[in-house]
Amino acid sequence: MSSEASIYNRPSVLDCFRSSGNSWFQKRNLKQMLESSKDSAKLDAMKRIVGMIAKGKNASELFPAVVKNVASKNIEIKKLVYVYLMRYAEEQQDLALLSISTFQRALKDPNQLIRASALRVLSSIRVPIIVPIMMLAIKEASSDLSPYVRKNAAHAIQKLYSLDPEQKEMLIEVIEKLLKDRSTLVAGSVVMAFEEVCPDRIDLIHKNYRKLCNLLVDVEEWGQVVIIHMLTRYARTQFVSPWKDDEVVEEYSENNFYESDEEQKEKDRKVKNIYTMDPDHRLLLRNTKPLLQSRNAAVVMAVAQLYWHLAPKSEASIVSKSLVRLLHSNREVQYIVLQNIATMSIQRKGMFEPYLKSFYVRSTDPTMIKTLKLEILTNLANEANISTLLREFQTYVKSQDKQFAAATIQAIGRCATNITEVTDTCLNGLVCLLSNRDEIVVAESVVVIKKLLQTQPAHHGEIIKHMAKLLDNITVPVARASILWLIGEYCERVPKIAPDVLRKTAKSFTTEDDLVKLQILNLGAKLYLTNSKQTKLLTQYVLNLGKYDQSYDIRDRTRFIRQLIVPNEKSGALSKYAKKIFLAQKPAPLLESPFKDRDHFQLGTLSHTLNSRATGYLELSNWPEVAPDPSVRNVDVAESTKEWTGILGMTKKEKPTEKFYSESEEEEDESTNTSSSSRCLESNLHLHCLENCIFRTKTHELLHRMSGKGLAAHYHFSRQPGIFGDHMVSVQVTVTNTTDQKIENIHIKEKKLPPGMRVHEFNPIECLEPAESITVSMGIDFCDSTQMASFQLCTKDDHFNVNIQPPVGELLLPVTMSEKDFKKESLSDLNILYKVIRENCTWL
Amino acid sequence: MIHSLFLINCSGDIFLEKHWKSVVSQSVCDYFFEAQEKAIDVENVPPVISTPHHYLISIYRDKIFFVSVIQTEVPPLFVIEFLHRVADTFQDYFGECSETAIKDNVVIVYELLEEMLDNGFPLATESNILKELIKPPTILRSVVNSITGSSNVGDTLPTGQLSNIPWRRAGVKYTNNEAYFDVVEEIDAIIDKSGSTVFAEIQGVIDSCIKLSGMPDLSLSFMNPRLLDDVSFHPCIRFKRWESERVLSFIPPDGNFRLISYRVSSQNLVAIPVYVKHMISFKENSSSGRFDVTIGPKQNMGKTVEGVVMTVHMPKAVLNMNLTATQGSYTFDPVTKVLTWDVGKITPQKLPNLKGIVNLQSGAPKPEENPSLNIQFKIQQLAISGLKVNRLDMYGEKYKPFKGVKYITKAGKFQVRT
Repeated sequence: MSSEASIYNRPSVLDCFRSSGNSWFQKRNLKQMLESSKDSAKLDAMKRIVGMIAKGKNASELFPAVVKNVASKNIEIKKLVYVYLMRYAEEQQDLALLSISTFQRALKDPNQLIRASALRVLSSIRVPIIVPIMMLAIKEASSDLSPYVRKNAAHAIQKLYSLDPEQKEMLIEVIEKLLKDRSTLVAGSVVMAFEEVCPDRIDLIHKNYRKLCNLLVDVEEWGQVVIIHMLTRYARTQFVSPWKDDEVVEEYSENNFYESDEEQKEKDRKVKNIYTMDPDHRLLLRNTKPLLQSRNAAVVMAVAQLYWHLAPKSEASIVSKSLVRLLHSNREVQYIVLQNIATMSIQRKGMFEPYLKSFYVRSTDPTMIKTLKLEILTNLANEANISTLLREFQTYVKSQDKQFAAATIQAIGRCATNITEVTDTCLNGLVCLLSNRDEIVVAESVVVIKKLLQTQPAHHGEIIKHMAKLLDNITVPVARASILWLIGEYCERVPKIAPDVLRKTAKSFTTEDDLVKLQILNLGAKLYLTNSKQTKLLTQYVLNLGKYDQSYDIRDRTRFIRQLIVPNEKSGALSKYAKKIFLAQKPAPLLESPFKDRDHFQLGTLSHTLNSRATGYLELSNWPEVAPDPSVRNVDVAESTKEWTGILGMTKKEKPTEKFYSESEEEEDESTNTSSSSRCLESNLHLHCLENCIFRTKTHELLHRMSGKGLAAHYHFSRQPGIFGDHMVSVQVTVTNTTDQKIENIHIKEKKLPPGMRVHEFNPIECLEPAESITVSMGIDFCDSTQMASFQLCTKDDHFNVNIQPPVGELLLPVTMSEKDFKKESLSDLNILYKVIRENCTWL
Repeated sequence: MIHSLFLINCSGDIFLEKHWKSVVSQSVCDYFFEAQEKAIDVENVPPVISTPHHYLISIYRDKIFFVSVIQTEVPPLFVIEFLHRVADTFQDYFGECSETAIKDNVVIVYELLEEMLDNGFPLATESNILKELIKPPTILRSVVNSITGSSNVGDTLPTGQLSNIPWRRAGVKYTNNEAYFDVVEEIDAIIDKSGSTVFAEIQGVIDSCIKLSGMPDLSLSFMNPRLLDDVSFHPCIRFKRWESERVLSFIPPDGNFRLISYRVSSQNLVAIPVYVKHMISFKENSSSGRFDVTIGPKQNMGKTVEGVVMTVHMPKAVLNMNLTATQGSYTFDPVTKVLTWDVGKITPQKLPNLKGIVNLQSGAPKPEENPSLNIQFKIQQLAISGLKVNRLDMYGEKYKPFKGVKYITKAGKFQVRT
């Protein structure tokens, strides 16, 4: 395919990849091509230039020649010129100004794509002089009829802001206006602008909160991510914490996965007695939940973090299934998702326990994925699953990837300290590893054993002896240092071995690593204090070696130790306490997860991934003690009635909800809980709707006043039993005189009816005064068809052709029947009818 | 959001750069190269790198690194997902996402990137919309364009952009109306030494190729929808309908797309279609070892297992392997230590076997662990989970489309520990 594709492009584009030597000729050539009168030559030149830009070569000299083509009729040339301008306008500001008027003209173009792209380029060229022009263009575009242009206006806001932050106030006004926009196309972009320009102006969101929640599902996926992150921050400032009754909630979380929805509801009701969630808070949770099914990993992660930060703890677990699904995705997505799961699994083990096996490591995983999975497995370890896990770890320890094997040993150590039942098993396992062939594995085991022994040093003399023997073979400094430290620390338990170890290490002191040297000094000091008879000379020898060491760290330590343990006239009171200082009980090290401290960053953010504050990171505030006034989110009554008249179904969503109605009852029995004021409002609303839907039936036009020379006629179907007979549909015709003279003798003539159709005319109207209207009724038998009834509406001097066509629904006759009759009838005919209707509905 | 994008090939050349805001110098990539060097192999290059003034978020696809430059806080998945979408679009336009394809079509690539992002924020990523704005290159079109002087850049706003079904372009017309669905299931499994299953799970996708005129409204129903444990949908699917009736109802995009992807939970027992008998041992104090592997199909399947390939990463100490295969052919790469055995179809009458001697480096200690075997296979006309499409109905259009469903089961990450 690519070889076909490139036939046209190849000569032009590849040329510029190849040629580097004769660039001067090439540029002159390009200039000529740009100035030629043929579009094809210009296009070819532009393609070459774009090729140069793509490669990162400088093409700025051609600016004057290129900018002339900005008004080109050829849309492709124009686009490529735009690409060029966006790249170089910043460097050639004066020349770039030449193009501005073209854009200004294009901003008024009837084609929305051209308007939008003109705005895009105008706002992208980063020339400070045109800031006022940009501001004007943005303002205009923000009230454009096309939502696509408004979307581009929202993007332009950020660009202008980064060019000139002083425009902030004006831009906020535009943002405020665009936030009110009901188009799903605009929503994501304007929230993005909001986040960039004025993330602290939470007050702008209040009125749009519910709308954003309701639109969310239909917004494009990238917008969803931005909106969800913004709403997470918003909700943290506006609602009270749903986590207050942790214990109560925790109880339920155990078997959460297997419960049906009904049980869930019941549970909610129980919890509710203690804490009631703001309905707006619930609205957010409810409307984001379906997005867990999104194909876009970023959306799923955004919802997951929203549930993590906002939902009651019992509900947060619904996100785990979707997060585990993302692990099937590519390496990069896995990496980020696993990182977030790692943080989550530290705090709430229960969430991921059912998916333990999904985190099992494969030998083909990249190391960074392996380590993260291992981290999660360690976090999830508990009494119930530890034996399975340790078996799994055994496989990992043997892995060819030694870095990973070392990490596994660390993990075993952590499991051992966290779960006391298996400490001994783990320790034995680790001791076995000491005879492993691989040095890294042995070294890591030593380090971990050292930490483990420290937590319970009582009866492990044997292990220490075993490790002392290892010292001859191990060369890894950390491991050697660990063994020396262990022997020094517990030298009283191995009184025979310790001095011998010191002897051996004193011999090799000069060749050791700094880390090991420090520990040799340490060992010497401790032995000097406990067993000075045997080791006094040895220690002094070591201290002398240390005194002339190359590293100042070691010289410093030597001086310090000597002062402390060898009493002389200068050493003060401290040396009396030397033994206490050196052999003090040391607290055991806590084996902690490296993800421990990440949880103060919002999940799913760059800062969380890097574990450091990224520029522009917005802190997630703590829950307020008392919720701020929830009524700020109410939409104005005047404004909302307008909406209500339009769409009946909207009433439920837009209705001003009061804080104290519960979420589960919200749908069913709203009237019982509402305050008197809103009930009043609601009844108003109902009346309003009734007027609209029932009393005002649909009126059709029969004759327009222009074509009727001032005589206008409308008709509607009265839906009452026909007064002219059973088969006649009754039609009410309203005739209006819009002229300033009387109209006389209005009647019907020249009926052109399909066979079988009959019309019962209305009585002629003798006289209609100016601006007067009169309603008469007539009957038409349509023979159950939807064919037109055509006739002439005549006045004294004129006649107009008109026709009436009935909608199907108007042909039906209202029938009253008892329930029994209904059942009898419905079994036969209606059933079929019902089926037909249903099929029709699915079509629509 | 996304400031700049650099495309880097395996040998470390930056062969394309694109900036959406002010220009960021290429030298920012040095931090990336540094990390790449540290990571040894490409798989381990961290996707997120922090540098003093920027953050680099990168993906690795088809031997190309897509490195994006970020200046402020942004959800990393947002960028990663977007970069993959860019790579998908290239794939869609040029048939492959390779360095040569991108270089050959550099102008179209540039136009695409321009449309996909505005000021670093995604603008149009749906392939149907992009194809209306910028026509994919074909041989016919380039010939026509060069004669008539018309361009392959659309001059009106794609209708999809404004409608509430942005994924479908308007005015689609085909003489043959067809709708094909491929149900592809992958088995992820870890089998332990003794042959018992440590972990198994089925990941499935339904990929569709829909070429229907007008605005068809499809609904696809399954015989056993309860099997689908966790599903993610293409945005075209009506979520409510699925929740209430377990029917996939949607107005499809035009062309190829992934309709859903799903997971069949590990609670259900997963039938593993193949078994492996293995005997790998390295002798102590001698520079050789034995290698003997047999692959066989499990009895209860009834369908042939084909396209079987086994890859093994042998330990570093292995110098060479002298093997004989009763079926298929094997290769051993002494540099990467990868053994590949292309078996082909398995016939139950004669089980394929690979047997022989492993030569070890003399003097090196015997490898601690036996390598694990990665197995690939394919089974046509079978969805291992038992998922079955019941019917496909079309509403909204009058013609009769040609419909088809194909089932395939494949091995995903299928690993046998030895």
